[in-house]
Amino acid sequence: MRKVESAAAAIAEAVKLCDVKVMPMYPITPSTLIPERLSEFVNNGEMDAEMIHVESEHSAASAMIGSILCGARSFTATASQGLALMFEILPIISGLRLPAVMAVANRSLSAPLNIWNDHSDSVSARDQGWIQLYAESAQEALDTTIQAYKIAESGNVLLPVMVCIDGFTLSHVYENIDVPERGEVDKFLPAFAPEYALDPEKPLTFGPIVFPDSFMEFKKAQEEAMENSAKAIAKANNDFGKMFGRKYGNGLVETYRMDDAEHAILGIGTLCTTSRSVVDKLRANKIKAGMIRVRCLRPFPKEDLQKLAKKLKTIAVIDRHISLGFEGALATDVKSALSELRKKPFIACHIAGLGGRDITEKHLEFALKQGMRKKAGGWLL
Amino acid sequence: MIAGLPEEEYFSSGHRACAGCGEILAVRHALKASGKNTIAVMATGCMEVVSTPYPESSWKVPWVHGAFENHPAIASGIDAALKALGKRDKINLLVFGGDGAYFDIGFQALSGALERGHKATYICTDDEAYMNTGVQRSGATPPFGATTTSPAGKKIHGKQQAKKPLPLIVAAHGIRYVATASVSNIQDYYKKVQKALATEGPSFIHVFTPCPTGWYYDSADTIEIARLAVECRFQPIYEIENGALKFTSKIENPKPVAEYLQKQGRFKHLGKEETEFVQKYVDERYNFLLELEKQKKAFDVLL
Repeated sequence: MRKVESAAAAIAEAVKLCDVKVMPMYPITPSTLIPERLSEFVNNGEMDAEMIHVESEHSAASAMIGSILCGARSFTATASQGLALMFEILPIISGLRLPAVMAVANRSLSAPLNIWNDHSDSVSARDQGWIQLYAESAQEALDTTIQAYKIAESGNVLLPVMVCIDGFTLSHVYENIDVPERGEVDKFLPAFAPEYALDPEKPLTFGPIVFPDSFMEFKKAQEEAMENSAKAIAKANNDFGKMFGRKYGNGLVETYRMDDAEHAILGIGTLCTTSRSVVDKLRANKIKAGMIRVRCLRPFPKEDLQKLAKKLKTIAVIDRHISLGFEGALATDVKSALSELRKKPFIACHIAGLGGRDITEKHLEFALKQGMRKKAGGWLL
Repeated sequence: MIAGLPEEEYFSSGHRACAGCGEILAVRHALKASGKNTIAVMATGCMEVVSTPYPESSWKVPWVHGAFENHPAIASGIDAALKALGKRDKINLLVFGGDGAYFDIGFQALSGALERGHKATYICTDDEAYMNTGVQRSGATPPFGATTTSPAGKKIHGKQQAKKPLPLIVAAHGIRYVATASVSNIQDYYKKVQKALATEGPSFIHVFTPCPTGWYYDSADTIEIARLAVECRFQPIYEIENGALKFTSKIENPKPVAEYLQKQGRFKHLGKEETEFVQKYVDERYNFLLELEKQKKAFDVLL
């Protein structure tokens, strides 16, 4: 069914389609549209689920531990300070190998207080064992939420997934979307039936203390699951494409006009939409430009980027995040991933769009041209 | 084996608690009251650490530990999931935490879970300090109690503040069953857990669990110390059922508090004046509870 919806509402539609049973929710701008819409679904009888109006995001994340361990598919949404407050629980959810799905409407971290978009919140949480997928459109936000459960619940994955959308520039932007039929989604995503659960008939101990003789084995198993997840992400993207006719690159990375490109703008989220226009403009001026969108930040698509970079002379990395005291995290990851290449493109790294500052075509064109002139990146103010 | 209690154990021996641990008695006997169809949630703390050293576990019921302050939130998720899956009626939900977990760091999560009415029996095992980290002051440490962060110094003699009245704060959330208990009377505690489990909505039990390691007394004396705390009115034993407070062991002729204090290293620095202060503090708080009992329905408007 076609609808005009914001990306936040599109995610709520997806949650309804995924037969989610428990939703611990706490409001925070710009993710609040999601719990609002889900509350309407529950209170209007359109969705048979328990909404838990928790008293904090810390409790939202914690409640998902209990609900998923009982075998109930669960969902929450947050942003910024909310994600920061959850931080303690993020590695507990992933360490317990719980297939949680959480939407993050990306927003800066205070101070100074600012409610607008950048990636400081989720990018700062990238080391906590969650798969991180970043959408570029409302349709992709919806589709990715459905795919997220499929990926998270895969037998050799069992890891939580963050579905990230740019706050306001995506969460609140209305687009024409296609909402799939419930029956179709059921075919794509079977009922949640975890192998291990809190069940008095089969008592198990979850979350024990683990000593130095075993702790590393737990972490290694998690890392292997992360590696497995790359295939699961690609498969979910492919299978979804076959059923619903929409695909996002190979699931991990999406590209635009990269076949013969020599210079590429690389980024995450909605800034890539602007990049596409810049690429078209530069192509019109005979510059062989292209765009690389990192859809999946964890696991990091190292091999994909290596393949793409081999043919490139320039990459301009645009970070909506800064690891204060060094550089943007995406820049670090890209440089690290490409360090093994014998012939590397020149990589110019830019910080842009913090706290909702617009990233314009001018910014991106400048960033790429700086790189083409072998000039280091900087702040796109 | 305590007379009148079922023989079936759901918490196995071989755990790593200290000799004379009061808390472990409270955990074990709550499980006896709750039985096989139980899910247990536990906060980080001594009980979690001593009962689940991977790959061993003392738990014969399904058990989950997440963090220090989120046991009531995890329980909220379990309650909601069981409801959503149509399994709620069959299962008892026990939510264990120490005084640090309930009085302090998990206080918000507890308050939220109570306000939302998540059916579970929240059991606070109170040994009046952060024992798992090595005896630090908590919101439950009594006045002048010496801990490693409220030491009996030359200038400041132990904790300078009162103990947070957690059971009353819990009762003020309008829940239908709140009780205090002591490991010196396991039958009473056992009955209270059963009553709590049969309550509509959330229920809360505050159980007094002396700790030889942190209170500095001989590990053979845990039950005696627990009993003395009750007999000198230091630990009042009551129920608040449907808003009405009622003493379940009323102490008519209390022993002097000094008798209780003198038996523990954590109070050995107390002089005459300080002992008198604690006596007065105990009397005032006990009298306050007696007044609440007289009111018959002290909390019922909040239900």
